[in-house]
Amino acid sequence: MTSVTRTSQLRGANAELSGLAAPGRVALSATPPASAMTKLLQWLLGVSLLGAVWALVTFDLLGLSLPRTYREVAWPMPVYLLVSFGCYSLATVGYRVAIFNDCDEAAKELQEQIKEAKEDLRKKGLKM
Amino acid sequence: MASRKSQPNRDNGDKYSILLPTYNERENLPLIVWLLVKYFGESGYNYEIIVIDDGSPDGTLEVAEQLQKIYGEDKILLRPRAKKLGLGTAYIHGMKHATGNFIIIMDADLSHHPKFIPEFIEKQKEGNYDLVSGTRYQGNGGVYGWDLRRKLISRGANFLTQVLLRPGASDLTGSFRLYKKKVLESLMERCVSKGYVFQMEMIVRARQLNYTIGEVPISFVDRVYGESKLGGNEIVSFVKGLLTLFATT
Repeated sequence: MTSVTRTSQLRGANAELSGLAAPGRVALSATPPASAMTKLLQWLLGVSLLGAVWALVTFDLLGLSLPRTYREVAWPMPVYLLVSFGCYSLATVGYRVAIFNDCDEAAKELQEQIKEAKEDLRKKGLKM
Repeated sequence: MASRKSQPNRDNGDKYSILLPTYNERENLPLIVWLLVKYFGESGYNYEIIVIDDGSPDGTLEVAEQLQKIYGEDKILLRPRAKKLGLGTAYIHGMKHATGNFIIIMDADLSHHPKFIPEFIEKQKEGNYDLVSGTRYQGNGGVYGWDLRRKLISRGANFLTQVLLRPGASDLTGSFRLYKKKVLESLMERCVSKGYVFQMEMIVRARQLNYTIGEVPISFVDRVYGESKLGGNEIVSFVKGLLTLFATT
């Protein structure tokens, strides 16, 4: 990384000039590799893979003459998956809302510290 | 007034620059600064507070000047801007003037308590993390002043984000974080979003660039003064931003 030298430049006499204002210059800094595939593409890939497997089994596209039960199980599978994901989501969000901490103590502590701070600041000569 | 107090300096050369973007925070600014001074004084880390006021009409800047007289020009730096220009540019602006090798960003409205900063710093040292993010969703973390609706939206949005982006951090929309300075610089170059999504994009890009992320549970005490906002508009722009990140990262 060239960042070390950049930081020391920033600290130098010319800090004002060598800042971030010029995107062209900053682009020189070392860029770690970014993952190539967007989340959208990852999802599309995953869904189409699953869909392909589902279609293969359900419609027996490869002519494997799979037992009937395979097809019967596979056919409504997307609906099952959707419903169970929905249930999982609802349960998770509901649970997390339920256990969301109410920080009453923190609020009380803050109120006391505010009082203390105001007093101290007044003593130090602050006009609010 | 004695402006230069000698701090029990932890001699490792690390310095923490706290960026405080403000807009009409006349009430809160002295309090947050007082708390910062208190906790940094106790923990002994080297620090500076950079106040970036966006031309508040309520006189935030005058209060900041008074604070500078009280605590010293080496501790409180004022880098005001003429008008409201947004959070992202405030960070860039503040960072240009920061002399620390670490940057801490937090809200100036007291919803983020400085008592967590020493924990952030210890966490960072523990794993040499590139960034440490406060999280309301884990451990002893939590919120104060949120009703059921707000909690539901927050948890729901977070769940959706986790499913779609798998970002490897539990709190994406929080804005209480510690960054290595060079890491924040490189993230700022890339992040284009606004509002809640901006904080989310920072984490997502960090993950994309293989930066390491540590997390510290924090309690989030919703604005003491002033109204906090979460309306239909915020939700719509959040979803838009989420989908944009989904499609582009």
